[in-house]
Amino acid sequence: MRKMIEGSRAVAEAVGLCRPGVISAYPITPQTHIVEELSQMVADGDINAEYVRVESEHSAASVCLGAVAAGSRAYSATTSQGLMLMAEVLYNIAGMRLPMVITGVNRSLSAPLSIWNDQQDTLALRDSGWLQLYAENNQEVLDMHIQAYRISEDDRVLLPVMVCMDGFILTHTYEVVDVPTQEQVDAFLPPYNPLYKLDPDDPYTLGAYAGPELYQEIRYEIQRDALAAKAVVKEVAAEFQAAFGRWSGDVLDPYRCEDAETIIVAMGSVAGTAKDWADARREAGDRIGILRLRCYRPFPREELREALTGARRVIVLEKAVSVGGYGIVTAEVRAALYGQPKTPPVSGAVCGLGGRDITFDTLDEMVRRAEGGETDFFAGLRTELLEAQ
Amino acid sequence: MTTTNKRERRKPPLGIVTRPGSSLRNKTGPWGIQTPVFDWNKCTGCNTCESICPEGCIRHLDRKQYEADPDFCKGCGMCAAACPAGAITMEQKHR
Repeated sequence: MRKMIEGSRAVAEAVGLCRPGVISAYPITPQTHIVEELSQMVADGDINAEYVRVESEHSAASVCLGAVAAGSRAYSATTSQGLMLMAEVLYNIAGMRLPMVITGVNRSLSAPLSIWNDQQDTLALRDSGWLQLYAENNQEVLDMHIQAYRISEDDRVLLPVMVCMDGFILTHTYEVVDVPTQEQVDAFLPPYNPLYKLDPDDPYTLGAYAGPELYQEIRYEIQRDALAAKAVVKEVAAEFQAAFGRWSGDVLDPYRCEDAETIIVAMGSVAGTAKDWADARREAGDRIGILRLRCYRPFPREELREALTGARRVIVLEKAVSVGGYGIVTAEVRAALYGQPKTPPVSGAVCGLGGRDITFDTLDEMVRRAEGGETDFFAGLRTELLEAQ
Repeated sequence: MTTTNKRERRKPPLGIVTRPGSSLRNKTGPWGIQTPVFDWNKCTGCNTCESICPEGCIRHLDRKQYEADPDFCKGCGMCAAACPAGAITMEQKHR
């Protein structure tokens, strides 16, 4: 059914349709509407779940870990400082091979304190073993949550999935979304059927100590399965299309890239702006393409290579920076292209930090500076604010 | 993924322990360099040592006859420190 609802509400409805057994979350701007909606839905009896109120995000993640370990489907949502606070639990969830879905609402990290959007927070968890999907619009957000449980609980994966959506830009905007029926989702997503759980009649130990003689092999298996999950992401997208009648998947979303000379790589909602900008540039005769990275973990190296090697120039639009290093996605794009016979130059443009608006002017500046030979720079910087050198 | 017969699914990943009772098989006693010596003549039978042992490896044969299980006692010395009668002393193990 098509409805005009807030992005946060779309998440809540999608999660409800996935029939979680346990929801535990701590409110934090701009995730709050998601958990408020969910708690209301549980209170009204619309969702048959235990809603566990906790004192912090660390506890929320711990409750979810315990719930999945006990054989229940679990859900949480967080952002920014909350994500950092639950970080050590998230590494444990992935390391214990527990399937779960969390909404990572993208918000910048303190300090300085900011409630506004960038992608620094979820990117900081890129090493954790969580799969990460980045949504461009609220329909995709909704669809991704349903797909995420399927991907996560697949025997070939058994790793948790973070669905990332830009804070305020997606959470607090109203879009028309098509919400599937419970029957449709039930047919697509069966109840969680744990391969292992804490059961006195059939005991397992989850999260045991592993000495130097074993730890490396356990991590190798996690890496192996995370890379193999790419095929599952694509498979689930194809099954989703068959079940729900729309394509809402795959690891890349290329826009006018086939004959593009310059390709901008981006993640999340900014790709929508970039696509409009690309259309305007195309009108002016520039062969611009936008390559949106939809699945960030696992990182789709082969697909990225294939999509980019034909371009004369690649610019990565980066809403984060690894301080002391490079743009995070920039470095990974360069790594993916390393060693290929034809490698276009890759520039990384850091912009949009702390919710700084990314406009057509920002994108124009990125192209201008990359063509001028700059490889790593901040775009849209208010240089008048910086101290005089 | 939807099969109900566990035998048709993959094995659990490495790191998930499938055979219970591993703590009984993993004998941590050899980790210790000291061992408690119980003087049954000084013992008052207060049970403090048995209660306070972090491993739960002290047991009593009779009311004032306490001993530590060498398979699991790491020689932490808490029993000796806690004994109100001074009936427990820590000694270096000889290998």
